[in-house]
Amino acid sequence: MQSFKTALKVLLVMTVLTGIIYPLMITGVAQLLFPGKANGSLLLRGDQAIGSTLVGQNFSSPRYFWPRPSATNYSAMPFGAGNLGPTSQQLRTLTDARRARMQQSPHEPGRPLPWDMASASGSGLDPDISPEAAQYQVARIAMARSFDSLAVSGVMELIRTHTTAPTFGVLGEPRVNVLALNLALDSLVAERK
Amino acid sequence: MPSGDLIQILIYFGALAVLAPLLGFYMARVFEGKKTFLHPALSWIETTVYRLGGVDPKAEMRWRQYAWALVWFNLLGFLLVFVLQLVQKWLPLNPQGLGNVPWDLALNTAVSFMTNTNWQSYAGETTMSYGTQMLALTVQNFVSAATGIAVLLALARGVARKTSATIGNFWTDLTRSVVYVLLPLAIVLAVALVGEGVVQNLSPAVTVNTVEGGTQQIPLGPAASQIAIKQLGTNGGGYFNANSAHPLENPTPVSNFLEMLAILLLPAALVFTYGRMVTARRHAWIIAGVMLILLLAGLAGSLIAEYQRNPILGDPVNLEGKETRFGIVNSVLWSVVTTAASNGSVNAMQASLSPLAGGVALFNIMLGEIVFGGVGAGMYGMLLHVLLTVFLAGLMVGRTPEYLGKKIEAREIQMVIIAILAPSAVILVGSGVACVLPVALASLANAGPHGLTELLYAYSSAAGNNGSAFAGLNANTPFFSITLALSMLLGRFVVILPCLAIAGSLAAKKVSAKTAGTFETDTTLFAVLLIGTILIVGALTFFPALCLGPVVEHFLMGLGRTF
Amino acid sequence: MARRRYTSSNWSLLLPAARDALLKLAPRREIRNPVMFVVYIGAIWTTISVINAFMRDDPWTFACQIALWLWFTVLFANFAEAMAEGRGKAQADSLKRARTQVFGRLLRDGAEIRIPATELKRDDLVVCDAGDVIPADGDVVDGIASVDESAITGESAPVIRESGGDRCAVTGGTKVLSDRIVIRVTSEPGSAFVDRLIALIEGASRQKTPNEIALGIVLAGLTILFLLAVATLKFYADYSGAAAQQDISRFVTVPVFIALLVCLAPTTIGGLLSAIGIAGIDRLVRCNVLAKSGRAVEAAGDIDVLLLDKTGTITLGNRMATRFVPAPMYMEQHLAEAAQLASLADETPEGRSIVVLAKDKYDLRAQRLTPSQARFVAFSAQTQMSGVDILESDGSVSLSVRKGSVSAVRAYIESMGNTFPKELEPDILAITESGGTPLAVADETSVLGLVHLKDVVKGGIKERFAELRRMGIRTVMITGDNPLTAAAIAAEAGVDDFLAQATPEAKLARIRLEQSGGHLVAMTGDGTNDAPALAQADVGVAMNTGTQAAREAGNMVDLDSNPTKLIQIVEIGKQLLMTRGSLTTFSIANDVAKYFAIIPALFATLYAAGGWGDGPLAALNIMHLHSPYSAILSAVIFNALIIVALVPLALRGVAYRAQGASRLLRRNLLIYGLGGLIAPFAGIKMIDLVIVAMGWVL
Repeated sequence: MQSFKTALKVLLVMTVLTGIIYPLMITGVAQLLFPGKANGSLLLRGDQAIGSTLVGQNFSSPRYFWPRPSATNYSAMPFGAGNLGPTSQQLRTLTDARRARMQQSPHEPGRPLPWDMASASGSGLDPDISPEAAQYQVARIAMARSFDSLAVSGVMELIRTHTTAPTFGVLGEPRVNVLALNLALDSLVAERK
Repeated sequence: MPSGDLIQILIYFGALAVLAPLLGFYMARVFEGKKTFLHPALSWIETTVYRLGGVDPKAEMRWRQYAWALVWFNLLGFLLVFVLQLVQKWLPLNPQGLGNVPWDLALNTAVSFMTNTNWQSYAGETTMSYGTQMLALTVQNFVSAATGIAVLLALARGVARKTSATIGNFWTDLTRSVVYVLLPLAIVLAVALVGEGVVQNLSPAVTVNTVEGGTQQIPLGPAASQIAIKQLGTNGGGYFNANSAHPLENPTPVSNFLEMLAILLLPAALVFTYGRMVTARRHAWIIAGVMLILLLAGLAGSLIAEYQRNPILGDPVNLEGKETRFGIVNSVLWSVVTTAASNGSVNAMQASLSPLAGGVALFNIMLGEIVFGGVGAGMYGMLLHVLLTVFLAGLMVGRTPEYLGKKIEAREIQMVIIAILAPSAVILVGSGVACVLPVALASLANAGPHGLTELLYAYSSAAGNNGSAFAGLNANTPFFSITLALSMLLGRFVVILPCLAIAGSLAAKKVSAKTAGTFETDTTLFAVLLIGTILIVGALTFFPALCLGPVVEHFLMGLGRTF
Repeated sequence: MARRRYTSSNWSLLLPAARDALLKLAPRREIRNPVMFVVYIGAIWTTISVINAFMRDDPWTFACQIALWLWFTVLFANFAEAMAEGRGKAQADSLKRARTQVFGRLLRDGAEIRIPATELKRDDLVVCDAGDVIPADGDVVDGIASVDESAITGESAPVIRESGGDRCAVTGGTKVLSDRIVIRVTSEPGSAFVDRLIALIEGASRQKTPNEIALGIVLAGLTILFLLAVATLKFYADYSGAAAQQDISRFVTVPVFIALLVCLAPTTIGGLLSAIGIAGIDRLVRCNVLAKSGRAVEAAGDIDVLLLDKTGTITLGNRMATRFVPAPMYMEQHLAEAAQLASLADETPEGRSIVVLAKDKYDLRAQRLTPSQARFVAFSAQTQMSGVDILESDGSVSLSVRKGSVSAVRAYIESMGNTFPKELEPDILAITESGGTPLAVADETSVLGLVHLKDVVKGGIKERFAELRRMGIRTVMITGDNPLTAAAIAAEAGVDDFLAQATPEAKLARIRLEQSGGHLVAMTGDGTNDAPALAQADVGVAMNTGTQAAREAGNMVDLDSNPTKLIQIVEIGKQLLMTRGSLTTFSIANDVAKYFAIIPALFATLYAAGGWGDGPLAALNIMHLHSPYSAILSAVIFNALIIVALVPLALRGVAYRAQGASRLLRRNLLIYGLGGLIAPFAGIKMIDLVIVAMGWVL
């Protein structure tokens, strides 16, 4: 019974130490050092948040770059994945549909379909697409926005400047943040006007 | 496979190879009660814990006392987590206004976090209040890891001591693990993660108006502090439902690298700590080598499988369930690392991996979480296999088996067999029964062999205290909540208690002198034997089940068959 | 080398063993071996399902074949044990013959009473004449006799037993050949040495040794694991059948599952385990060593320090004269003559060796001197010398020769006013330093020279010790010599260490010291004062010629009383453990191939396109076995036959070589580990070819 009492007391001490002091301390440090990042890396338009740079949001209009398919459609909490296996008929149907959507939308002929646009991300909130996936969509956006060839090359340039290379040249994959790219696209259009 | 993949893998294991031994030696000093460079800053916390807890740090415990202390502490920890979930609605730190957790889910979660499993049948952002995440879950992330370390320390002392009745003091082992190891590392990692974009605040979720005019909820909360310890403590329970695939939990390749490093850091370092404590450093290197070989073999198999074309979906690579920023290699590496260590956090969906990559993850868990494994748990689990190997092969040199001078006799081997048998039995019986019960089958998201794998994976993950899932399975039902909770309990304590019994009985033994006739445990030959024993015991137990799950699915995928 | 007296040919044991194998089918005997008990239950269950199928006119022949081979598996394991026991029985029977009803001549109040030996009690006095069988264990309290102990030891040369000292113990059942002795009985009725030996040999099968128990736990654990793996496979199969929308019940049957279980369970080692243990003890018996417990045999394998008596083990009996060193002015031949004269009456081995050396070197024939010609002076503790005075016919001394230790002769010479020649000092030193003993020879006036006495180390012993060293065993020589002598002999014989001027207390202390350093110590001993050390040693081998106390204290008795046997005992212990480990490894490694035979067979059609033909898992049939039926049957047959095939190995033990642990391990792992992986692939394939060719299976 002595060990029971000790157990109770130590548990309470540990709860205070690791359950209160530790997270509050980290919160304090985080708010002090990285206030933006600690609060969700929110993008503000005026004082209204329009999204988080880290969190993918849905774009379905042909005028914008589309993000990757999401099992939770970028809106429903909790976010997640479909968790369908490699021999799932349902996944096959879904994949075919995603592929068809891309293939049926206007695209440069002969450009291979980027794989990431046929598969849903794990988080359902993937903020990025591959540079290839972005380039594939340029023709569609150009048509929807009636771009001339100069504007198209401007968009291609946007993709290039918004491509994040692997960190230190090795870590991770080259990728384009869809929200940032679309915002840049909008401002490009605004400039041209 | 792009060459960049190989470089990332090399960097990862290079960093691990540098950090693990250093940390291991540091921990050996800590656990032997010696002074370290952190003592001036932290020792007041240790003494405060002793004072408030009424602990005499010098008191030595027999193995039964040690076991009782551990059991009481875990039982009370379980109750606290359980109760906090049941009443969270009325507690502060609940800005989302979340309701109380249903009892069966709360039970499952409490067992899950107490046993270092962190199996999650819930979605964090819509189920657990900030208060519950901090007071219940974060605390258990610390102390369940510390419990694992304590058991390893007890076992190490059992091996190292001569004719001793005692195996150390649970309270000091627990406290030192938290104060000198887990807390400092967690603080550093948490701050680094916030720097990469992981959220850390107490504000409610933000609703944003998206560019296209919709709305989206951005979940917030004290995430970084919990994620840091969930990785370091091989807990793996995600702050958010999508776990480390969630961009606010793992936003960049750098955060991904740090988290992945954190997963294996302590399990790998503890191998070296053990080597120091039992003064058998070469032996420790051999064990670390065995773990690394098994891990790399799994990684190679997994990578090859993932880069294979799935004729059903038609893609040359499989990106379903994976994040763009991590790509194939970081997802596969994570999947292998998290299942080898009993971490269980994921940055890609295990269920959507190719059959053999999923099979590697499953087999990693089935081996008993000994390929680095859980914090402490991996090494004590590995030591059980070392003892079995020594027992079987030791006879072949014409002596009764002995391990580092300690004779392995009926008592020890009985405990070894119980501890190795228990998780395997739980996996077999649990998944076996579930795969014919309609109540269980109703939870499957996939049909065919993949469905069987979902069930195998669930019970393996529970019994191995891993916590990752083939998450298509809807485990938030009373049947799974209760049977998986039971599996986690058995998988944890029917290994821990025999380990402590072995520690007690080894500590009491004499140490025989080493001669040319002694069976050596620090040679490459021993490494081969150990790998052989692990693979044969694991393969013989699960070969039929694996054949009907991942293996046949692999063949069927090649044939284009869908379910 | 021991005489193979108890070796009865294995062929003559076959028939009784086969009969015993059947008798052992009784459930109460089968349950003692958990692994084989599972097979036993499986065989019964399969048989019942065959009968059921037969009654209902379902197909039953395949199940019947499985049942048959399961029964063979059980019988083969029983047979292995029976074979091992059979050899022990031969030994026990031979001992029992020695125990036939005898009568003792009890001395009570001076009168002799003839009573059956079984009624003799401790401390009774019995008398035995030439031709009598000694009725009970005891100590000789009066007289000296030659005794034939062949009934126990197998040694036909008689031994001398006499009262007092270390040769006083006699064993019941042995026979007095000459003279008359009085014996005090030292054992209670029914617990005589022979009785206990018989019980021991017969009981060898019933007592499990500690390591055997531990291994039994592992095997039982593995069996439980496979039981679960096979039982749950039924559920996985049901799930898969439903998922594939197929009926796979043709092979998912009870007999097939039992066949799988039996193939996976470690039946090979499970069936041979007790045979290995019994055979190990039997091997000891064959070299005429009786272990009082199986534990002692296992401990023998662990020994890493041997305490060996110098005399008889390392050196040939006693010191021998090897050289004459004459003093200045004397011829060597003169010295030899004098030394021979002085030794004529000296019956000690040293004395005789001087006579022999003189004869060999100078062809000096020993003269026969009558008492009228010479007066022999015996060795006495006071003078430390012996010698001879040659008498004139009138009885006056014409020549007086003395030999003795250098210090004694020096004192003798100086007492007569002469000096000990300084020139001999370097020789004395050289002899002493080389581990020899210088013996000085002198007449009344001067020292004639020295005789170099030396211990002669047995041929080949040095190589033997080197071998032991490679095995990780340290040898410690025990001797009563002074440290200088001991060091020289130790160096010559190549022992690792020595204990000089050893007393029984020093021996005991040495054993304790080694043990506290984590060593396991073996020693031999015969005297009563060796008893504490024998009891303390991890393996204490008492000489059968030794005292009763020594035989009680040791945990083994060497019937040949050959101290060199210790090395052999260690090897037998190691061989026993190695055999056990190697066959366990072999047994477990076998499972891989059996899986590849049975699993593809079980699920060959599963998920087949259209529901028939070969499914994807048929790809695992890497041995290309003919059909699911032949695959399953071949695995079961292999599993049964391998037990029989390994019986000779289990009885003989795996080949033992004196090597270090790592080389032994590498070798055994290659043969039994890798071999265990590969052999069944070949074996099962071959059986498959045969049974298909014979048309025994679909």
